[in-house]
Amino acid sequence: MAVDFRVNGRPVSVDVPNGTRLLWVLRERLQLTGTKYGCGVAQCGACMVHVDGQPTFSCQAPIEMVRGRSVTTIEGLSPDSRHPLQRAWLAERVPQCGYCQSGQIMNAAALLARNPRPTRAEIIEHMSVNICRCGTYQRIVRAIERAVKEG
Amino acid sequence: MTIRVDDDRPPAGVTRREFMVGAAGLTFGVLLPGCARVATMDSPSAALATTAGNAPAFSPWVSIATDGTIFIQSPAVEMGQGSLTALPVILAEELDADWSKVRIVPAPPDDKLYGNPGFGGVMYTAGSNAVRSYFQPLRIFGAQVRRVLLDNAARRWGVPVGELTTEASVVVHAKSGRRLSYGEIAAFAEIPAKAPEIKPEELKKPSEFRLIGQDVMRVDLPGKVNGTARYSIDVQVPGMLYGAILRSPVEDSAPAQIDDAAARAIPGVQRIVRLPFGVGVIAETPWAAFAAKDAVKVTWDRRAPGWGFDSDQAIARYAAAARNLETAGKPWDKVGDAAGAMEKAATVMEAEYRCDYAYHAQMEPLNSLAAVSPAGDSCEIWVGSQSQTMAVTAVAKALGVATDKVRLHDTLLGGGFGRRGHRDEEFVVDSVLLSKEVRRPVKLMWTREDDVKNGRFRPMSAHFLRAGLDASGRIVAWQHRVACDWVTPYMDPVRYKGILRENDVIAIAGSEIRTYDIPNRLAEQLGQDTGIRTSPLRGIGFVANKFATEAFLDEIAQRRGVDPVELRLELLKNTPRAQAIVRAAVEMSDYRRPRPGRSLGFAFVDYSNTMVAGVAEVSVDRQSGAIRLHNFWCAIDPGIAVQPDNVIAQTESSIVYGVGLALTERISLKDGIVQQSNFYDYVVPRMRDVPEMHVKLIQTPNPPTGVGQMATPLIAPAVASAVHGATRARLRHTPFIPERVRAALSA
Repeated sequence: MAVDFRVNGRPVSVDVPNGTRLLWVLRERLQLTGTKYGCGVAQCGACMVHVDGQPTFSCQAPIEMVRGRSVTTIEGLSPDSRHPLQRAWLAERVPQCGYCQSGQIMNAAALLARNPRPTRAEIIEHMSVNICRCGTYQRIVRAIERAVKEG
Repeated sequence: MTIRVDDDRPPAGVTRREFMVGAAGLTFGVLLPGCARVATMDSPSAALATTAGNAPAFSPWVSIATDGTIFIQSPAVEMGQGSLTALPVILAEELDADWSKVRIVPAPPDDKLYGNPGFGGVMYTAGSNAVRSYFQPLRIFGAQVRRVLLDNAARRWGVPVGELTTEASVVVHAKSGRRLSYGEIAAFAEIPAKAPEIKPEELKKPSEFRLIGQDVMRVDLPGKVNGTARYSIDVQVPGMLYGAILRSPVEDSAPAQIDDAAARAIPGVQRIVRLPFGVGVIAETPWAAFAAKDAVKVTWDRRAPGWGFDSDQAIARYAAAARNLETAGKPWDKVGDAAGAMEKAATVMEAEYRCDYAYHAQMEPLNSLAAVSPAGDSCEIWVGSQSQTMAVTAVAKALGVATDKVRLHDTLLGGGFGRRGHRDEEFVVDSVLLSKEVRRPVKLMWTREDDVKNGRFRPMSAHFLRAGLDASGRIVAWQHRVACDWVTPYMDPVRYKGILRENDVIAIAGSEIRTYDIPNRLAEQLGQDTGIRTSPLRGIGFVANKFATEAFLDEIAQRRGVDPVELRLELLKNTPRAQAIVRAAVEMSDYRRPRPGRSLGFAFVDYSNTMVAGVAEVSVDRQSGAIRLHNFWCAIDPGIAVQPDNVIAQTESSIVYGVGLALTERISLKDGIVQQSNFYDYVVPRMRDVPEMHVKLIQTPNPPTGVGQMATPLIAPAVASAVHGATRARLRHTPFIPERVRAALSA
């Protein structure tokens, strides 16, 4: 049965079996491949997107969960890749292999939306759901702090 | 007699330049923009991906278009380490190129032209060996192209070439005030058949560098913050199906019985394929492929040697083998007469250390996309492999076709850490075997569980060390016996039998302690035939072997009653560069200052001529056995730093990797089967687990050496030393999981 929802402001309708995870629909049906598959069990955060503004593991979200809701992926975070976090991420030269960074940025964006001036401890607590195997954590903290400061 | 293969260097007598220049010479030509796959500065990742890029008919390192655009081939793949950008920077430096006009072209698979001199001329990005091995050849290539441009300008103007100089992408005749841009020269340039000779003294002095040391923006970064960076898992092609493979849990095992009735019943499943090593599933959607793979029931034959293997029991056998001095190991580092000196020593100390298997856990699970032609006689592949040419060769072999029938579209790698550079490229061949069945493109994806269960691991090891001290306490004899699974013969038999002359470099590297002034020493390997899958993993043998040597030195210092740092300085007396890095780490950590409730530990590593020293600050919860790593200070001297900030980034990265290996990461096997599955039971560091990292880069006027993994081996011995300082307990088995810490505390 078709599921209608919005992705990055655009209405979409997909017909996939109930229970199909949002991650695979985004990637393989909607060609939004910035959202990554990392673990499939909500352990690494590479798949993080926003559903009605809430950070969500898309690898866990069954497609019917997003019916009528609004999904934002890394591709829709800003129209021109100039979101303060994206600029800060480049200024601090955060990415290495880069595979986890969409999820990192989306989770950081969710944090700042809820808490525009997080403490360092709050950043670390919030961001510890995302794994970066290249170990860019220290630069992620710096980038978030920079985005807070520079806006 | 042990050959001194230093890490993965060619044997003595074969110079880097012979590999590179001898094979390639100079190709320099005018290339029209758009012919090549181009990674532009503005939209790198889109261009880096898979578009129908035809490699030009000739394969130059450099091409210059008449509009001044300079195309530079980069032979390194990009897995986060930055050398896709760093290598062209080196060439552009000597070319005196205007960096804003440079476009980076991922080099096509061609060992003769682009092979890594540090790996016997194979295109292989590994071992922190890209900048290090390509540095001098690329400088020469850049200077050669610059010379050709100068010669052409001299002829055009009728002036001696000696009167000409260059600025960024411009040839200048100061006397007459005339200028020709590189693009203008490209319009009329005559290319000599033979490359001009450049003597090393004609290259720029470091003080003349304009690009090296300036931290140009890595070409792959912009696409990595907006989702456009393309990895092989992101590729889609028309008519594509999805593949998954249930592989045998034990290497070299085959399905005996397959029950695929439930799998076939899943909607969208197209084909179930029996493979020599497992069962493949081809489906219309990824979810159908994964579900079908899970539904296949297989009974495996049990002929492979790995069945029955129990890692907890095996490590005791390894330890016994290491301790049994009756059996000689395969020597690796042999200087003087260790056995004779040991006998004469006033005191002999002994110690044992152990390391568990460890898993790469690159963030992108292994995957590849293959499109075998309808006739089955050619193939396109989309993949991120650490070796472009090994990938092509393995695919050609699997199909029984010539390598020129395989077209590679290389993509970014979502992490490598050694996992994607095995000679058999099994995860690439997986997709080819499935595509061959259906003659349609198949994107083969391993799940994370597949990636763990089918992992190839840093070997398990037991280390038995002996040190002979003379009456004054000086170390006069050293013996390090490493019992571990073989690695190199499994992961790359070609290199093992060839350039490495049957030395298991991946396992044994780092057991040498050449920088320390110890006159008689022997490091030897006792290879264990286990049938367990092994792999180079970031830091290779250095991580386990330096844990053993540095931790043992810490014990020797304690026995002698000297500070561990003072002992290192004494042993490093012949290497001022190493002493300097030790002192830097001591200074930046304020090492002498006591910290209430916390303790410091020190380690030093000479990693293929990159000098690193680290200080760990820890506290220990005696109740739980949990170690908390608060700060880590690291000083690193890699010679010249091509991209200094990236050196720091790589050092932070290798510290975090070392934290995981030291504290939590552990693969265990029962009946040959991997016991872990995913990130909930293979625990890698998260943001809350990493220390504050303080990295000091100390550049010295030495040729650049590696930076991608050098700090990783520091962590375990520095932490062990610090824990001893806090608790008097010796940690001898990585990872230092709480139960082991508790056991050491009560010992």
